[in-house]
Amino acid sequence: MGALLILIGYFLGLAFDSAMAGLVIAILLWVILSLVAYFQGDSILLSMSKARKIRPDDHPRLFNVVEEMKIASGLEKMPDIYIIDDPALNAFATGRDPNKASVAITSGLLQKLNRDELQGVMAHEISHVKNRDVLLMAMCGVLLGTIVILAYYGSRFLFLGGAGSRRSSSSKGGGQGQIIVLVVALVFIILAPIFAQLIYFAISRKREYLADASGALYTRYPEGLASALEKLAASTDQLRSANQATAPMYIINPFRKKGLKASDLTSTHPPISERIRILRAMAGASFNNYDQAYRQVHGGQGVISAASLTAETVPIATIKLEGEAGELNEVQRARETSDVMWRLSNYKTITCDCGAKLRVPPNFQEPQIKCPHCGRTHRV
Amino acid sequence: MPVAVWVIIGVVVVLAIILWSLYNGLVRLRNQVKNAWAQIDVQLKRRHDLIPNLVETVKGYMKFERETLEAVTKARNIAVQASSAGAGERAKTEGELSSALSRLLAVVERYPDLKANQNFLALQEELTSTENKISFSRQFYNDSVLKYNNQTQMVPSNIVAGMFGFKAGEFFEVTLAAEREAPKVSFTQ
Repeated sequence: MGALLILIGYFLGLAFDSAMAGLVIAILLWVILSLVAYFQGDSILLSMSKARKIRPDDHPRLFNVVEEMKIASGLEKMPDIYIIDDPALNAFATGRDPNKASVAITSGLLQKLNRDELQGVMAHEISHVKNRDVLLMAMCGVLLGTIVILAYYGSRFLFLGGAGSRRSSSSKGGGQGQIIVLVVALVFIILAPIFAQLIYFAISRKREYLADASGALYTRYPEGLASALEKLAASTDQLRSANQATAPMYIINPFRKKGLKASDLTSTHPPISERIRILRAMAGASFNNYDQAYRQVHGGQGVISAASLTAETVPIATIKLEGEAGELNEVQRARETSDVMWRLSNYKTITCDCGAKLRVPPNFQEPQIKCPHCGRTHRV
Repeated sequence: MPVAVWVIIGVVVVLAIILWSLYNGLVRLRNQVKNAWAQIDVQLKRRHDLIPNLVETVKGYMKFERETLEAVTKARNIAVQASSAGAGERAKTEGELSSALSRLLAVVERYPDLKANQNFLALQEELTSTENKISFSRQFYNDSVLKYNNQTQMVPSNIVAGMFGFKAGEFFEVTLAAEREAPKVSFTQ
Protein backbone atom coordinates (compact mmCIF):
# COMPACT_ATOMS: atom_id res chain seq x y z
CA MET A 1 0.00 0.00 0.00
CA GLY A 2 2.89 2.31 0.74
CA ALA A 3 4.23 1.56 -2.72
CA LEU A 4 0.84 2.42 -4.21
CA LEU A 5 0.93 5.76 -2.40
CA ILE A 6 4.40 6.59 -3.69
CA LEU A 7 3.48 5.55 -7.21
CA ILE A 8 0.33 7.64 -7.23
CA GLY A 9 2.26 10.64 -6.00
CA TYR A 10 4.88 10.00 -8.65
CA PHE A 11 2.39 9.78 -11.52
CA LEU A 12 0.49 12.76 -10.27
CA GLY A 13 3.68 14.76 -10.23
CA LEU A 14 4.67 13.44 -13.66
CA ALA A 15 1.44 14.74 -15.10
CA PHE A 16 2.44 18.19 -13.93
CA ASP A 17 6.01 17.86 -15.24
CA SER A 18 7.47 17.42 -11.75
CA ALA A 19 7.46 13.96 -10.24
CA MET A 20 9.24 15.15 -7.11
CA ALA A 21 6.55 17.68 -6.23
CA GLY A 22 3.88 14.96 -6.48
CA LEU A 23 5.89 12.67 -4.22
CA VAL A 24 6.43 15.40 -1.65
CA ILE A 25 2.72 16.25 -1.57
CA ALA A 26 1.77 12.58 -1.18
CA ILE A 27 4.21 11.97 1.65
CA LEU A 28 3.36 15.23 3.41
CA LEU A 29 -0.35 14.45 3.34
CA TRP A 30 0.32 10.96 4.62
CA VAL A 31 2.54 12.16 7.48
CA ILE A 32 -0.03 14.71 8.64
CA LEU A 33 -2.91 12.23 8.53
CA SER A 34 -0.82 9.60 10.32
CA LEU A 35 0.08 11.96 13.13
CA VAL A 36 -3.55 12.91 13.62
CA ALA A 37 -4.62 9.27 13.58
CA TYR A 38 -1.86 8.24 15.98
CA PHE A 39 -2.43 10.88 18.61
CA GLN A 40 -6.13 11.65 18.23
CA GLY A 41 -7.50 8.52 16.55
CA ASP A 42 -9.03 6.93 19.64
CA SER A 43 -10.69 10.06 20.98
CA ILE A 44 -12.03 10.94 17.51
CA LEU A 45 -13.44 7.45 17.12
CA LEU A 46 -14.98 7.40 20.59
CA SER A 47 -16.58 10.81 20.30
CA MET A 48 -17.82 10.07 16.78
CA SER A 49 -19.55 6.95 18.00
CA LYS A 50 -20.99 8.89 20.99
CA ALA A 51 -19.46 6.40 23.42
CA ARG A 52 -19.66 7.10 27.14
CA LYS A 53 -17.04 5.98 29.61
CA ILE A 54 -18.22 3.92 32.56
CA ARG A 55 -16.81 3.33 36.03
CA PRO A 56 -16.54 -0.11 37.72
CA ASP A 57 -19.73 0.32 39.76
CA ASP A 58 -21.80 1.41 36.75
CA HIS A 59 -21.77 -2.09 35.36
CA PRO A 60 -19.76 -4.49 37.54
CA ARG A 61 -20.26 -7.51 35.30
CA LEU A 62 -18.97 -5.82 32.15
CA PHE A 63 -16.07 -4.42 34.11
CA ASN A 64 -15.22 -7.82 35.60
CA VAL A 65 -15.40 -9.56 32.24
CA VAL A 66 -13.00 -7.05 30.70
CA GLU A 67 -10.64 -7.41 33.65
CA GLU A 68 -10.73 -11.20 33.31
CA MET A 69 -9.69 -10.88 29.69
CA LYS A 70 -7.03 -8.35 30.57
CA ILE A 71 -5.57 -10.91 32.96
CA ALA A 72 -5.88 -13.81 30.51
CA SER A 73 -4.12 -11.88 27.74
CA GLY A 74 -1.42 -10.53 30.07
CA LEU A 75 -2.15 -6.89 29.22
CA GLU A 76 -0.44 -4.63 31.70
CA LYS A 77 -3.02 -1.92 31.97
CA MET A 78 -6.77 -2.13 32.29
CA PRO A 79 -8.42 -0.65 29.17
CA ASP A 80 -11.09 2.05 29.53
CA ILE A 81 -14.61 0.81 28.98
CA TYR A 82 -17.27 2.70 27.01
CA ILE A 83 -20.94 2.08 26.30
CA ILE A 84 -22.65 3.30 23.12
CA ASP A 85 -26.37 3.92 23.55
CA ASP A 86 -27.58 2.13 20.43
CA PRO A 87 -29.87 -0.89 19.94
CA ALA A 88 -27.60 -2.21 17.16
CA LEU A 89 -25.34 -5.08 18.20
CA ASN A 90 -21.65 -4.27 18.00
CA ALA A 91 -18.44 -3.69 19.90
CA PHE A 92 -15.01 -2.29 19.09
CA ALA A 93 -11.56 -1.71 20.51
CA THR A 94 -9.33 1.30 20.00
CA GLY A 95 -6.12 2.85 21.31
CA ARG A 96 -2.72 3.16 19.68
CA ASP A 97 -0.83 0.87 22.05
CA PRO A 98 -1.75 -1.78 24.63
CA ASN A 99 -1.17 0.67 27.47
CA LYS A 100 -3.64 3.21 26.17
CA ALA A 101 -6.54 1.13 24.97
CA SER A 102 -10.31 1.37 25.16
CA VAL A 103 -13.08 -1.08 24.44
CA ALA A 104 -16.63 -0.04 23.61
CA ILE A 105 -19.87 -2.00 23.39
CA THR A 106 -23.37 -0.98 22.35
CA SER A 107 -26.11 -1.13 24.97
CA GLY A 108 -28.02 -3.42 22.60
CA LEU A 109 -25.26 -6.00 22.61
CA LEU A 110 -24.68 -5.67 26.33
CA GLN A 111 -28.21 -6.75 27.12
CA LYS A 112 -28.31 -9.48 24.50
CA LEU A 113 -25.27 -11.47 25.64
CA ASN A 114 -24.91 -13.76 28.62
CA ARG A 115 -21.70 -13.82 30.63
CA ASP A 116 -19.82 -16.36 28.51
CA GLU A 117 -20.77 -14.64 25.27
CA LEU A 118 -19.75 -11.26 26.66
CA GLN A 119 -16.46 -12.83 27.63
CA GLY A 120 -15.99 -14.14 24.08
CA VAL A 121 -16.67 -10.72 22.55
CA MET A 122 -14.37 -8.94 24.99
CA ALA A 123 -11.65 -11.54 24.39
CA HIS A 124 -11.90 -10.75 20.67
CA GLU A 125 -11.63 -7.01 21.34
CA ILE A 126 -8.76 -7.37 23.81
CA SER A 127 -7.00 -9.52 21.20
CA HIS A 128 -7.19 -6.60 18.78
CA VAL A 129 -5.49 -4.50 21.45
CA LYS A 130 -2.90 -7.13 22.32
CA ASN A 131 -2.08 -7.91 18.66
CA ARG A 132 -1.77 -4.17 17.98
CA ASP A 133 -4.39 -4.41 15.25
CA VAL A 134 -5.80 -1.05 16.18
CA LEU A 135 -2.59 0.72 15.26
CA LEU A 136 -2.07 -1.45 12.19
CA MET A 137 -5.58 -0.81 10.85
CA ALA A 138 -5.39 2.89 11.66
CA MET A 139 -2.15 3.24 9.74
CA CYS A 140 -3.49 1.17 6.82
CA GLY A 141 -6.64 3.26 6.91
CA VAL A 142 -4.62 6.46 6.74
CA LEU A 143 -2.62 5.15 3.79
CA LEU A 144 -5.84 4.17 2.07
CA GLY A 145 -7.38 7.54 2.85
CA THR A 146 -4.36 9.39 1.47
CA ILE A 147 -4.48 7.38 -1.74
CA VAL A 148 -8.20 7.98 -2.14
CA ILE A 149 -7.87 11.73 -1.53
CA LEU A 150 -4.93 12.07 -3.91
CA ALA A 151 -6.66 10.04 -6.59
CA TYR A 152 -9.86 12.03 -6.24
CA TYR A 153 -8.26 15.45 -6.59
CA GLY A 154 -5.57 14.14 -8.94
CA SER A 155 -8.10 12.93 -11.48
CA ARG A 156 -9.85 16.30 -11.39
CA PHE A 157 -6.66 18.31 -11.83
CA LEU A 158 -5.52 15.95 -14.53
CA PHE A 159 -8.58 16.57 -16.70
CA LEU A 160 -8.14 20.32 -16.49
CA GLY A 161 -4.37 20.61 -16.29
CA GLY A 162 -3.82 17.77 -18.79
CA ALA A 163 -5.62 19.61 -21.52
CA GLY A 164 -3.55 22.72 -20.90
CA SER A 165 -0.18 21.04 -20.88
CA ARG A 166 -0.96 19.08 -24.02
CA ARG A 167 -1.58 22.24 -25.97
CA SER A 168 1.65 23.84 -24.85
CA SER A 169 3.78 20.76 -25.43
CA SER A 170 2.41 19.98 -28.88
CA SER A 171 3.78 23.28 -30.06
CA LYS A 172 7.22 22.02 -29.00
CA GLY A 173 6.67 18.80 -30.92
CA GLY A 174 7.07 16.23 -28.10
CA GLY A 175 3.35 15.60 -27.61
CA GLN A 176 3.22 11.86 -28.27
CA GLY A 177 5.26 10.75 -25.24
CA GLN A 178 3.47 13.08 -22.91
CA ILE A 179 0.06 11.78 -23.93
CA ILE A 180 1.12 8.21 -23.16
CA VAL A 181 2.37 9.28 -19.74
CA LEU A 182 -0.91 11.09 -19.16
CA VAL A 183 -2.98 8.06 -20.09
CA VAL A 184 -0.92 5.77 -17.89
CA ALA A 185 -1.20 8.24 -15.01
CA LEU A 186 -4.94 8.50 -15.48
CA VAL A 187 -5.48 4.74 -15.54
CA PHE A 188 -3.27 4.36 -12.51
CA ILE A 189 -5.03 7.10 -10.58
CA ILE A 190 -8.35 5.40 -11.22
CA LEU A 191 -7.12 1.93 -10.28
CA ALA A 192 -4.90 2.78 -7.28
CA PRO A 193 -7.69 3.45 -4.78
CA ILE A 194 -9.44 0.23 -5.80
CA PHE A 195 -6.30 -1.85 -5.31
CA ALA A 196 -5.52 -0.09 -2.04
CA GLN A 197 -9.01 -0.86 -0.81
CA LEU A 198 -8.74 -4.53 -1.70
CA ILE A 199 -5.41 -4.82 0.12
CA TYR A 200 -6.89 -3.01 3.09
CA PHE A 201 -9.88 -5.36 3.24
CA ALA A 202 -7.63 -8.40 2.97
CA ILE A 203 -5.47 -7.25 5.89
CA SER A 204 -8.56 -6.45 7.95
CA ARG A 205 -10.10 -9.88 7.38
CA LYS A 206 -6.87 -11.63 8.29
CA ARG A 207 -6.65 -9.70 11.56
CA GLU A 208 -10.26 -10.63 12.35
CA TYR A 209 -9.45 -14.33 12.05
CA LEU A 210 -6.40 -13.82 14.23
CA ALA A 211 -8.44 -12.01 16.88
CA ASP A 212 -10.99 -14.85 16.88
CA ALA A 213 -8.15 -17.34 17.36
CA SER A 214 -6.59 -15.35 20.21
CA GLY A 215 -10.01 -14.85 21.77
CA ALA A 216 -10.57 -18.60 21.82
CA LEU A 217 -7.13 -19.10 23.31
CA TYR A 218 -7.67 -16.56 26.09
CA THR A 219 -11.08 -17.83 27.14
CA ARG A 220 -10.30 -21.50 26.38
CA TYR A 221 -13.93 -21.50 25.28
CA PRO A 222 -14.54 -20.87 21.55
CA GLU A 223 -18.24 -21.62 21.97
CA GLY A 224 -18.74 -18.35 23.89
CA LEU A 225 -17.63 -16.21 20.96
CA ALA A 226 -19.38 -18.50 18.46
CA SER A 227 -22.73 -18.18 20.17
CA ALA A 228 -22.27 -14.40 20.56
CA LEU A 229 -21.56 -14.15 16.82
CA GLU A 230 -24.69 -16.16 16.16
CA LYS A 231 -26.75 -13.57 18.05
CA LEU A 232 -24.96 -10.78 16.20
CA ALA A 233 -25.65 -12.42 12.85
CA ALA A 234 -29.35 -12.63 13.54
CA SER A 235 -29.68 -8.86 13.79
CA THR A 236 -29.32 -6.44 10.91
CA ASP A 237 -29.73 -3.17 12.76
CA GLN A 238 -27.06 -0.91 11.36
CA LEU A 239 -25.04 1.07 13.80
CA ARG A 240 -26.03 4.71 13.39
CA SER A 241 -22.71 6.16 14.39
CA ALA A 242 -20.42 3.90 12.34
CA ASN A 243 -18.81 4.99 9.11
CA GLN A 244 -16.55 3.49 6.46
CA ALA A 245 -13.37 4.64 8.15
CA THR A 246 -14.12 3.03 11.48
CA ALA A 247 -15.64 -0.22 10.17
CA PRO A 248 -12.65 -2.56 10.68
CA MET A 249 -12.54 -1.80 14.39
CA TYR A 250 -15.90 -3.40 15.09
CA ILE A 251 -16.47 -7.03 15.95
CA ILE A 252 -18.67 -7.49 12.91
CA ASN A 253 -19.07 -5.35 9.83
CA PRO A 254 -21.48 -2.55 10.83
CA PHE A 255 -22.74 -2.17 7.25
CA ARG A 256 -23.75 -5.72 6.47
CA LYS A 257 -27.10 -6.26 4.83
CA LYS A 258 -29.45 -9.15 5.25
CA GLY A 259 -29.04 -11.96 2.76
CA LEU A 260 -25.83 -10.59 1.38
CA LYS A 261 -23.12 -13.19 1.14
CA ALA A 262 -20.20 -11.16 2.36
CA SER A 263 -17.49 -13.59 1.38
CA ASP A 264 -16.48 -11.31 -1.48
CA LEU A 265 -13.34 -9.24 -1.54
CA THR A 266 -14.97 -5.98 -0.54
CA SER A 267 -15.65 -6.60 3.10
CA THR A 268 -13.66 -5.66 6.17
CA HIS A 269 -14.85 -8.77 7.97
CA PRO A 270 -15.02 -12.44 7.05
CA PRO A 271 -18.58 -13.78 6.76
CA ILE A 272 -19.98 -14.41 10.24
CA SER A 273 -21.30 -17.87 9.40
CA GLU A 274 -17.81 -18.92 8.44
CA ARG A 275 -16.30 -17.50 11.62
CA ILE A 276 -18.86 -19.42 13.67
CA ARG A 277 -18.21 -22.67 11.81
CA ILE A 278 -14.45 -22.32 12.32
CA LEU A 279 -14.85 -21.66 16.05
CA ARG A 280 -17.17 -24.64 16.44
CA ALA A 281 -14.82 -26.93 14.49
CA MET A 282 -11.94 -26.30 16.89
CA ALA A 283 -10.73 -29.45 18.63
CA GLY A 284 -8.74 -27.51 21.24
CA ALA A 285 -8.21 -23.86 22.10
CA SER A 286 -4.72 -23.32 20.66
CA PHE A 287 -3.71 -21.42 17.50
CA ASN A 288 -2.94 -24.81 15.94
CA ASN A 289 -6.51 -25.93 16.46
CA TYR A 290 -7.83 -22.70 14.97
CA ASP A 291 -5.59 -23.07 11.96
CA GLN A 292 -6.75 -26.65 11.41
CA ALA A 293 -10.39 -25.65 11.79
CA TYR A 294 -9.85 -22.80 9.32
CA ARG A 295 -8.35 -25.10 6.73
CA GLN A 296 -11.17 -27.56 7.26
CA VAL A 297 -13.93 -24.95 6.85
CA HIS A 298 -12.36 -22.53 4.41
CA GLY A 299 -9.96 -24.74 2.51
CA GLY A 300 -6.58 -23.59 1.24
CA GLN A 301 -3.80 -22.39 3.49
CA GLY A 302 -4.11 -21.46 7.13
CA VAL A 303 -4.47 -17.91 8.45
CA ILE A 304 -2.04 -18.00 11.35
CA SER A 305 1.61 -17.29 10.62
CA ALA A 306 3.85 -20.34 11.13
CA ALA A 307 5.85 -18.52 13.83
CA SER A 308 2.89 -18.36 16.21
CA LEU A 309 2.01 -22.02 15.80
CA THR A 310 3.19 -24.10 18.73
CA ALA A 311 2.83 -27.80 19.29
CA GLU A 312 1.45 -27.64 22.83
CA THR A 313 -2.10 -28.83 23.39
CA VAL A 314 -4.62 -26.49 24.99
CA PRO A 315 -7.85 -28.15 26.09
CA ILE A 316 -11.20 -26.38 25.80
CA ALA A 317 -12.97 -25.55 29.05
CA THR A 318 -15.91 -27.81 29.80
CA ILE A 319 -19.24 -26.93 28.22
CA LYS A 320 -21.12 -24.48 30.39
CA LEU A 321 -24.87 -24.62 30.72
CA GLU A 322 -27.18 -21.76 29.84
CA GLY A 323 -28.82 -20.17 32.86
CA GLU A 324 -26.20 -21.13 35.43
CA ALA A 325 -26.59 -19.95 39.02
CA GLY A 326 -26.59 -16.17 39.29
CA GLU A 327 -26.90 -15.64 35.55
CA LEU A 328 -29.38 -12.90 34.67
CA ASN A 329 -31.92 -13.58 31.96
CA GLU A 330 -32.46 -11.27 29.01
CA VAL A 331 -35.20 -9.19 30.63
CA GLN A 332 -33.09 -8.61 33.73
CA ARG A 333 -30.12 -7.68 31.57
CA ALA A 334 -32.25 -5.23 29.62
CA ARG A 335 -33.36 -3.57 32.88
CA GLU A 336 -29.82 -3.47 34.17
CA THR A 337 -28.52 -1.90 30.96
CA SER A 338 -31.27 0.71 30.81
CA ASP A 339 -30.52 1.60 34.46
CA VAL A 340 -26.92 2.23 33.47
CA MET A 341 -27.93 4.38 30.50
CA TRP A 342 -30.27 6.50 32.62
CA ARG A 343 -27.58 6.95 35.24
CA LEU A 344 -25.04 7.97 32.62
CA SER A 345 -27.45 10.71 31.50
CA ASN A 346 -27.54 11.97 35.11
CA TYR A 347 -31.07 10.79 35.77
CA LYS A 348 -31.79 9.80 39.36
CA THR A 349 -33.68 6.58 39.92
CA ILE A 350 -36.12 6.29 42.82
CA THR A 351 -37.70 2.91 43.43
CA CYS A 352 -41.16 3.34 44.88
CA ASP A 353 -42.60 0.87 47.40
CA CYS A 354 -45.22 -0.13 44.83
CA GLY A 355 -42.41 -1.37 42.58
CA ALA A 356 -42.47 1.48 40.07
CA LYS A 357 -39.18 3.09 39.13
CA LEU A 358 -39.19 6.88 38.89
CA ARG A 359 -36.58 8.47 36.63
CA VAL A 360 -35.86 12.00 37.80
CA PRO A 361 -34.29 14.21 35.13
CA PRO A 362 -31.19 16.22 36.12
CA ASN A 363 -32.99 19.56 35.73
CA PHE A 364 -35.82 18.60 38.09
CA GLN A 365 -36.15 21.38 40.69
CA GLU A 366 -38.92 20.33 43.11
CA PRO A 367 -37.88 18.86 46.48
CA GLN A 368 -40.52 16.11 46.26
CA ILE A 369 -41.92 13.86 43.59
CA LYS A 370 -45.18 11.93 43.51
CA CYS A 371 -45.34 8.40 42.23
CA PRO A 372 -47.75 8.43 39.26
CA HIS A 373 -48.63 4.81 39.91
CA CYS A 374 -49.67 4.73 43.57
CA GLY A 375 -49.54 8.37 44.68
CA ARG A 376 -46.84 8.10 47.37
CA THR A 377 -44.53 11.09 47.62
CA HIS A 378 -40.75 10.74 47.60
CA ARG A 379 -37.98 13.13 48.51
CA VAL A 380 -35.61 13.86 45.65
CA MET B 1 49.24 -9.96 12.76
CA PRO B 2 46.85 -7.03 13.23
CA VAL B 3 44.31 -8.96 11.15
CA ALA B 4 44.29 -11.81 13.67
CA VAL B 5 43.84 -9.34 16.51
CA TRP B 6 40.89 -7.74 14.75
CA VAL B 7 39.31 -11.13 14.11
CA ILE B 8 39.64 -12.02 17.82
CA ILE B 9 38.15 -8.69 18.87
CA GLY B 10 35.32 -9.19 16.40
CA VAL B 11 34.54 -12.68 17.70
CA VAL B 12 34.59 -11.46 21.31
CA VAL B 13 32.24 -8.57 20.50
CA VAL B 14 29.80 -10.85 18.67
CA LEU B 15 29.84 -13.34 21.54
CA ALA B 16 29.24 -10.55 24.05
CA ILE B 17 26.23 -9.31 22.06
CA ILE B 18 24.76 -12.82 21.87
CA LEU B 19 25.30 -13.35 25.59
CA TRP B 20 23.76 -9.97 26.36
CA SER B 21 20.61 -10.60 24.35
CA LEU B 22 20.14 -14.12 25.73
CA TYR B 23 20.57 -12.85 29.27
CA ASN B 24 18.08 -10.02 28.73
CA GLY B 25 15.58 -12.41 27.19
CA LEU B 26 15.78 -14.65 30.23
CA VAL B 27 15.38 -11.72 32.61
CA ARG B 28 12.32 -10.53 30.71
CA LEU B 29 10.69 -13.95 30.93
CA ARG B 30 11.57 -14.33 34.61
CA ASN B 31 9.98 -10.95 35.34
CA GLN B 32 6.88 -11.95 33.41
CA VAL B 33 6.61 -15.06 35.58
CA LYS B 34 7.00 -12.93 38.70
CA ASN B 35 4.32 -10.49 37.52
CA ALA B 36 1.95 -13.31 36.66
CA TRP B 37 2.46 -14.78 40.11
CA ALA B 38 1.68 -11.42 41.68
CA GLN B 39 -1.57 -11.36 39.68
CA ILE B 40 -2.63 -14.72 41.08
CA ASP B 41 -1.75 -13.48 44.54
CA VAL B 42 -3.94 -10.39 44.16
CA GLN B 43 -6.92 -12.48 43.09
CA LEU B 44 -6.48 -15.07 45.85
CA LYS B 45 -6.37 -12.29 48.45
CA ARG B 46 -9.49 -10.79 46.91
CA ARG B 47 -11.25 -14.09 47.35
CA HIS B 48 -10.12 -14.35 50.97
CA ASP B 49 -11.59 -10.89 51.58
CA LEU B 50 -14.91 -11.71 49.92
CA ILE B 51 -15.65 -14.89 51.83
CA PRO B 52 -16.45 -13.41 55.30
CA ASN B 53 -18.91 -11.06 53.56
CA LEU B 54 -20.50 -13.92 51.72
CA VAL B 55 -20.84 -16.07 54.84
CA GLU B 56 -22.35 -13.13 56.72
CA THR B 57 -24.95 -12.50 53.98
CA VAL B 58 -25.84 -16.13 53.53
CA LYS B 59 -26.01 -17.05 57.23
CA GLY B 60 -29.43 -15.52 57.88
CA TYR B 61 -31.04 -17.45 55.05
CA MET B 62 -29.41 -20.82 55.49
CA LYS B 63 -30.62 -22.39 58.69
CA PHE B 64 -29.76 -25.94 57.81
CA GLU B 65 -26.37 -25.55 56.17
CA ARG B 66 -24.11 -24.82 59.12
CA GLU B 67 -21.69 -27.56 58.12
CA THR B 68 -21.25 -26.20 54.60
CA LEU B 69 -20.69 -22.67 55.92
CA GLU B 70 -18.21 -23.84 58.53
CA ALA B 71 -16.30 -25.82 55.91
CA VAL B 72 -15.95 -22.66 53.80
CA THR B 73 -14.75 -20.56 56.73
CA LYS B 74 -12.28 -23.23 57.80
CA ALA B 75 -10.90 -23.73 54.30
CA ARG B 76 -10.52 -19.97 53.98
CA ASN B 77 -8.57 -19.66 57.24
CA ILE B 78 -6.23 -22.47 56.23
CA ALA B 79 -5.70 -20.82 52.83
CA VAL B 80 -4.96 -17.46 54.46
CA GLN B 81 -2.35 -19.09 56.69
CA ALA B 82 -0.71 -20.73 53.69
CA SER B 83 -0.48 -17.37 51.86
CA SER B 84 3.27 -17.19 52.14
CA ALA B 85 3.93 -20.83 51.21
CA GLY B 86 5.25 -22.04 47.85
CA ALA B 87 3.19 -22.61 44.73
CA GLY B 88 2.57 -26.30 45.40
CA GLU B 89 1.29 -25.87 48.97
CA ARG B 90 -0.86 -22.87 48.04
CA ALA B 91 -2.40 -24.65 45.08
CA LYS B 92 -3.51 -27.38 47.46
CA THR B 93 -5.11 -25.12 50.10
CA GLU B 94 -6.74 -22.88 47.48
CA GLY B 95 -8.09 -25.97 45.75
CA GLU B 96 -9.75 -27.05 48.99
CA LEU B 97 -11.26 -23.60 49.36
CA SER B 98 -12.59 -23.67 45.80
CA SER B 99 -14.35 -26.96 46.33
CA ALA B 100 -15.87 -25.84 49.66
CA LEU B 101 -17.13 -22.68 47.93
CA SER B 102 -18.63 -24.50 44.99
CA ARG B 103 -20.49 -26.79 47.40
CA LEU B 104 -21.90 -23.71 49.12
CA LEU B 105 -22.97 -22.10 45.85
CA ALA B 106 -24.63 -25.32 44.77
CA VAL B 107 -26.69 -25.32 47.96
CA VAL B 108 -27.84 -21.73 47.27
CA GLU B 109 -30.15 -23.10 44.57
CA ARG B 110 -32.44 -24.34 47.34
CA TYR B 111 -33.03 -20.82 48.72
CA PRO B 112 -35.06 -18.68 46.31
CA ASP B 113 -35.20 -15.77 48.82
CA LEU B 114 -31.44 -15.63 48.89
CA LYS B 115 -31.24 -15.66 45.12
CA ALA B 116 -33.46 -12.56 45.03
CA ASN B 117 -31.26 -10.67 47.50
CA GLN B 118 -29.48 -7.80 45.68
CA ASN B 119 -26.58 -7.87 48.08
CA PHE B 120 -26.08 -11.58 47.51
CA LEU B 121 -26.33 -11.22 43.74
CA ALA B 122 -23.63 -8.56 43.73
CA LEU B 123 -21.44 -10.74 45.95
CA GLN B 124 -22.02 -13.73 43.74
CA GLU B 125 -20.98 -11.79 40.64
CA GLU B 126 -17.82 -10.67 42.44
CA LEU B 127 -17.09 -14.21 43.53
CA THR B 128 -17.73 -15.74 40.10
CA SER B 129 -15.51 -13.14 38.54
CA THR B 130 -12.78 -13.64 41.13
CA GLU B 131 -12.86 -17.38 40.47
CA ASN B 132 -12.52 -16.64 36.75
CA LYS B 133 -9.71 -14.19 37.37
CA ILE B 134 -7.90 -16.77 39.47
CA SER B 135 -8.13 -19.36 36.73
CA PHE B 136 -7.17 -16.87 34.00
CA SER B 137 -4.20 -15.59 35.96
CA ARG B 138 -3.19 -19.19 36.65
CA GLN B 139 -3.48 -19.89 32.94
CA PHE B 140 -1.27 -16.90 32.11
CA TYR B 141 1.19 -17.79 34.87
CA ASN B 142 1.56 -21.37 33.64
CA ASP B 143 2.02 -20.20 30.05
CA SER B 144 4.72 -17.80 31.24
CA VAL B 145 6.44 -20.51 33.30
CA LEU B 146 6.37 -22.86 30.31
CA LYS B 147 7.99 -20.22 28.08
CA TYR B 148 10.59 -19.40 30.73
CA ASN B 149 11.42 -23.03 31.47
CA ASN B 150 11.76 -23.83 27.78
CA GLN B 151 14.15 -20.93 27.48
CA THR B 152 16.27 -22.06 30.45
CA GLN B 153 16.51 -25.62 29.11
CA MET B 154 17.06 -25.07 25.41
CA VAL B 155 20.44 -24.59 23.68
CA PRO B 156 21.98 -22.02 23.65
CA SER B 157 20.17 -20.07 26.34
CA ASN B 158 20.56 -22.94 28.83
CA ILE B 159 24.28 -22.12 29.00
CA VAL B 160 23.51 -18.53 30.02
CA ALA B 161 20.84 -19.76 32.43
CA GLY B 162 23.36 -22.07 34.07
CA MET B 163 26.02 -19.34 34.29
CA PHE B 164 23.74 -16.84 36.00
CA GLY B 165 21.62 -19.21 38.02
CA PHE B 166 18.22 -18.94 36.33
CA LYS B 167 16.22 -21.69 37.99
CA ALA B 168 13.19 -23.34 36.42
CA GLY B 169 9.84 -21.99 37.62
CA GLU B 170 7.19 -23.99 39.43
CA PHE B 171 3.81 -24.56 37.77
CA PHE B 172 0.61 -23.71 39.61
CA GLU B 173 -1.33 -26.93 39.14
CA VAL B 174 -4.67 -27.19 40.81
CA THR B 175 -6.20 -30.61 40.82
CA LEU B 176 -9.28 -29.39 42.57
CA ALA B 177 -11.25 -31.80 44.64
CA ALA B 178 -14.29 -30.07 43.17
CA GLU B 179 -13.05 -30.54 39.62
CA ARG B 180 -12.54 -34.22 40.25
CA GLU B 181 -15.94 -34.57 41.84
CA ALA B 182 -17.80 -32.42 39.34
CA PRO B 183 -20.91 -34.20 38.11
CA LYS B 184 -20.60 -35.45 34.57
CA VAL B 185 -23.24 -34.00 32.28
CA SER B 186 -23.77 -35.99 29.13
CA PHE B 187 -25.64 -34.61 26.16
CA THR B 188 -27.30 -37.62 24.65
CA GLN B 189 -29.63 -36.86 21.83
